[in-house]
Amino acid sequence: MKQSSVVVVDLLLLLLTIAVIATPAFSDLVLSKVERRIDVTSQFARVTKSLKVVNPGSESISEFMLTFPKFLGNNLAYLSVKTKRPLANLSVKKADPKGIPDSISVYSVALPKTLSKGDSLTLEVVATFTNVLQPFPEKITQGEIHLVMLQESAQYLSPYTVESQSLSIKLPNARIESYSKLENTKLQGSELKYGPYKNLPPFSYSPIVVHFESKAAFAVAEKLVREIEVSHWGNVQVTEHYNVVHRGAQLKGEFSRLDFQARPNPRGASAFRHLLARLPPRAHSIYYRDDIGNISTSEMQSDSKKTELLIEPRFPLFGGWKTFFTIGYGLPLSDFLFASEGKRFVNISFGSPMIDLVTEKLIVQVVLPEGSKDISVTTPFAVKQSREIKYSHLDIAGRPVVVLEKDNVVPDHNQHIQVYYKFSNINLLSEPLMLISGFFVLFITCIIYTRADFSISKSSPTYLAKLQWDEVLATLQEVQSIIQKCLAAHDKLEASLRDLSRTGDFQTCKAARKSTDSLLKDLSKELKPLLGFLQSSPSASHISPKVEELVVKEKELQEKLMAKHTTVVEGYEKKSSGRDIENRIASQQQKIIALRQEIEDLLEFIDEI
Amino acid sequence: MAALESPQPAATTTAMRHAFGNVLSVLILVLIGVLAFSIRLFSVIKYESVIHEFDPYFNYRVTQFLSKNGIYEFWNWFDDRTWYPLGRVIGGTVYPGLTLTAGTIWWVLNSLNIPLSVETVCVFTAPVFSAFASWATYLLTKEVKGSGAGLAAAVLLAMVPSYISRSVAGSYDNEAVAIFALIFTFYLYIKTLNTGSLFYATLNALAYFYMVCSWGGYTFIINLIPMHVLLCIVTGRYSPRLYIAYAPLVVLGTLLAALVPVVGFNAVLTSEHFASFLVFIIIHVVALVYYIKGILTPKMFKVAVTLVVSIGMVVCFIVVAILVALVASSPTGGWSGRSLSLLDPTYASKYIPIIASVSEHQPPTWPSYFMDINVLAFLVPAGIIACFSPLSDSSSFVVLYIVMSVYFSGVMVRLMLVLAPAACIMSGIALSQAFDVFTGSIKYQLGGSSNSTDNAEDTNNAPKDDASAGKTDKGEEIVKERSSKKGKKKEREPADKPSVKSKAKKKALVLPLETSIVALLLLIMLGAFYVIHCVWAAAEAYSAPSIVLTSQSRDGLHVFDDFRESYAWLSHNTDVDDKVASWWDYGYQTTAMANRTVIVDNNTWNNTHIATVGTAMSSPEKAAWEIFNSLDVKYVLVVFGGLIGYPSDDINKFLWMVRIGGGVFPHIKEADYLRDGQYRIDSEATPTMLNCLMYKLSYYRFVETDGKGYDRVRRTEIGKKHFKLTHFEEVFTSHHWMVRIYKLKPARNRIRGRAKKLKSKTTSSGWSSKSEKKNPWV
Repeated sequence: MKQSSVVVVDLLLLLLTIAVIATPAFSDLVLSKVERRIDVTSQFARVTKSLKVVNPGSESISEFMLTFPKFLGNNLAYLSVKTKRPLANLSVKKADPKGIPDSISVYSVALPKTLSKGDSLTLEVVATFTNVLQPFPEKITQGEIHLVMLQESAQYLSPYTVESQSLSIKLPNARIESYSKLENTKLQGSELKYGPYKNLPPFSYSPIVVHFESKAAFAVAEKLVREIEVSHWGNVQVTEHYNVVHRGAQLKGEFSRLDFQARPNPRGASAFRHLLARLPPRAHSIYYRDDIGNISTSEMQSDSKKTELLIEPRFPLFGGWKTFFTIGYGLPLSDFLFASEGKRFVNISFGSPMIDLVTEKLIVQVVLPEGSKDISVTTPFAVKQSREIKYSHLDIAGRPVVVLEKDNVVPDHNQHIQVYYKFSNINLLSEPLMLISGFFVLFITCIIYTRADFSISKSSPTYLAKLQWDEVLATLQEVQSIIQKCLAAHDKLEASLRDLSRTGDFQTCKAARKSTDSLLKDLSKELKPLLGFLQSSPSASHISPKVEELVVKEKELQEKLMAKHTTVVEGYEKKSSGRDIENRIASQQQKIIALRQEIEDLLEFIDEI
Repeated sequence: MAALESPQPAATTTAMRHAFGNVLSVLILVLIGVLAFSIRLFSVIKYESVIHEFDPYFNYRVTQFLSKNGIYEFWNWFDDRTWYPLGRVIGGTVYPGLTLTAGTIWWVLNSLNIPLSVETVCVFTAPVFSAFASWATYLLTKEVKGSGAGLAAAVLLAMVPSYISRSVAGSYDNEAVAIFALIFTFYLYIKTLNTGSLFYATLNALAYFYMVCSWGGYTFIINLIPMHVLLCIVTGRYSPRLYIAYAPLVVLGTLLAALVPVVGFNAVLTSEHFASFLVFIIIHVVALVYYIKGILTPKMFKVAVTLVVSIGMVVCFIVVAILVALVASSPTGGWSGRSLSLLDPTYASKYIPIIASVSEHQPPTWPSYFMDINVLAFLVPAGIIACFSPLSDSSSFVVLYIVMSVYFSGVMVRLMLVLAPAACIMSGIALSQAFDVFTGSIKYQLGGSSNSTDNAEDTNNAPKDDASAGKTDKGEEIVKERSSKKGKKKEREPADKPSVKSKAKKKALVLPLETSIVALLLLIMLGAFYVIHCVWAAAEAYSAPSIVLTSQSRDGLHVFDDFRESYAWLSHNTDVDDKVASWWDYGYQTTAMANRTVIVDNNTWNNTHIATVGTAMSSPEKAAWEIFNSLDVKYVLVVFGGLIGYPSDDINKFLWMVRIGGGVFPHIKEADYLRDGQYRIDSEATPTMLNCLMYKLSYYRFVETDGKGYDRVRRTEIGKKHFKLTHFEEVFTSHHWMVRIYKLKPARNRIRGRAKKLKSKTTSSGWSSKSEKKNPWV
């Protein structure tokens, strides 16, 4: 309410000042025909003008002035001026000429060629204004309809004489509460027409107010951060953080879910539930979440032309309600990265992919791979630029970030920007190599640690004890191997006995006996010093009895085996029957088996040490 | 047999075997770690990477604070966003172990430029630490019964459902790291006990310190270890190793424990710790006795004993008297409520409704044992038997551990978690011993070199009656047959046998082959059942994050994300300093997710405050408005499941609000809300019930949804259907009506005449009017 009254005051002031200064200031250009169309079906006003400029004077002119009332000019988000023949974009800049009152914003357009006498030119102007649809009333309850108000001038505000002009306003197809009725006003369906008006002097102005229902989503991103991370491994990762607010009439009083669900049309018409994002084709790994987790209400459709993501915020947004969410998606690198003249460039859209979203503050961060150099940016319109460094995923030098900032961004700004940089492919390998070398060093350290002796004091009792213990272990192993050899010898003896039973050749058997005897003697000689060492060593005190036992058992086994051998050989010599021999050695046999078992148990025990 | 041909490399072969065994164990351990980690990822895969439930949200919030503000700010953190208007000293009342652990991990990762968010680190802390816990179990069991049992226990622990329930990805709670700390402390104790090394004793104290940092359950350690020490002394197993294992732990451990702000002087002042000091004294006395015994002659020693015993009795009597006096001077006898309810399971339900109201403090039911430890319950007895043959210091410790934890788990569901590692260790021992015996007998019967198919045939040929003829005979019989086949012609050859027979007598403890094979198969099947159950439990039973609910209907998966919907609404559409009142269950989530100040939360430190909220919820609208307004509350949040049938809503928790509220403010009488001993909300409900705030906020305009007001949780039509709210207005209700948020209407303009009256009334009964407990906050 307050704001709109300010606007009204503004308008009055404007009229006054215009009346006071009747400046014939600017050149003698004449606008022979002006057609204006204002589209207010969405939350912003998109004004399309076609101006036919004629130079009746003698001076040739290369500059054209575009003027807007200040309250519109302040909300101007996007302005582009084109000529149709030849098709060209003209450069526009804000001007501040003398003699123009403060209540008028002026932009100067550089004409493609100077207009000499009698020449004419048609300019196509597109201007988008945000915040010009004022909700009125400013607070509504859940059940009320959403009404907005547009203020404009029925006549084109221009420093030049306008010969013929008309204005048409495209309203959403809904209820129209009221509109200013001037001469030549017509309402056709949802289209409101003013004019034509003929031969109006410069700075003509007649305010009009249109009050109508709007069903558009007044979704405004108070802040949007788009992070575009380029990875030369084949992916462009886009992450967008939205702070969205409903900028329509504020909700007053209760929000009843019951009404919203049962009668959504009257009782929730002013809220919006969905936002539609049109992502580039081949977008993948799309996610939609906020700072407390995934949001499960979204749908995706994709074909070869585009990917459409319909997202639903956690709760329906009524006027004044806010929410925050993040969407992210990956894009194939080959669609966005190109090479030219030894440089690479990323060619990517600047604005948000959301349909009909106004962004109050847009920050685009293009994160280039680590090691990129000679960075430059080209944008189709002016943006604030700065540089940052971002550290991520094992970076050492950090990745250069190009930060672009722009206020008041509308879908018209969804044009491509180019970021040029130089990058050598060798840099790609640095991180994998770093990881490999890291692990390599780790393993090497482990190996060195386990192999090397790191004890600080070489004379400390624990160290000495450890050394002794190592010696004991070594001796034990030797003892073990000797015992194993003995056992092997026993096995050989047994084998010879078996051969004997098959062939009956007791001579070879005796020979085998002899060789085994000498071998065993040697072994027992070898064993003696080892046993002596074990007995003397204090750290082996708990093992030596076992070892001694082992040796004793082994001796016993040896004796038994010899006795058996002798019996069997004698038996064969006496040619007694097999059964007889078997009977005779049966008792010995049992003892041998028992002894052998005991020895093996002991060996196992020692083994475990 | 290889040794037969080449005796020389025998030693190297065993060395090789050892090396190979070690490498294999390491590999298996790595795989166990992977298993423990990945079985806990079901929640991330089925739902999303998000913090679960209630307490984890608090821990997450603390970790965020820590990572943002640093450790010093953390110690001094006074949180004014909870327990309004009292606030809470977080730094001094929280077990910092978990937070510091996750904070450190986050810090290390970020300084390596690995940009993981705090949330991700928190979500995956529990799975990582369960891998650590299974390795610690391996170490502990290895110390007790060798590495085979260790591996078996580790693999069992990696997937025991009881532990999974507390450590799925996202379950960011103290227990996640505490179980690791618990097992590791026990391991170091056993290691010290086995080696007598002071190095391990010091490590043990540090591990104990970590445990104290992490969880209140550290009192279990500081009671269990003294009990074991006492057991060892009583059974005559005192050794210097025992002394080294125990004495440094008590001294260092108590000093370190006192460093943790939340414990502080409790480490020497509360009864939970007294057992350790008592045993500390006893072990010194015993050590002295052993020492004196060593230097005195037996006769002198006898004299000394009588002398010392008489003096000792007097000293002990004095000490005990002092202790008793100290303990008796504190109202609860120096025991905290939760510990007391451990000793007397009925204590909490009798005296402290706030402890009894938490479902995890209830005693468990029998099926929950089967659910949580499954087949381990049957293997544990076998493990205990295995521990007795032979009984060593370390195996007596695990026996004591299982006995104690079985008792505690019987008192509180939540302590099932302490039972799980013990059950795993026991079952691991049992399984490993069983496998040892069975594979041993198979190996021995199959001999070393012959091929196994032959043997299978042989055993089939073996006569059945042999099975009864004793193990050794049977073994010989088979060997005979086997050798006979091998020798083909010389079946009667006596000299043929010995070489094989020498092996035959290998072990007296040998089972028949079929029995062993069948038993092995059965054991493997048992293991398979266990694995299937664990995977099922991990996937279906324990992975729900509870803030997101899903239901499977005919037209696909339906997601109920109402909690986050309303927390997001609160966080974006209310003023940052607004106060939100709700039942304490939702306190942590509200502060963490909505970032709004709450009146009470899950840290139930102030019973009166909770009772105030309970009173407000059970009062009529006007009285409730006055209580809330005096607490500066702007919004009231209630959870309502009646529309979709979500059973754990505020109406079902209402009895605790009445009970806790009535416990402090006697004008709330439980009987007023009960009809036939039940809380009813249908037409039979009492007028007090139908007029209380909770009823009204839950069922406001509910009748208009279906025309009847049918409550799907209580399965009845509600009693009072059409009513208006005068002091509250609905500001938000989530999509499935699970969360409803109301705003307190501003106070009406005062009428001149009434204003005076009100004023005088307010001054007479101020905040201090405790005597008149009618309206506590007005």
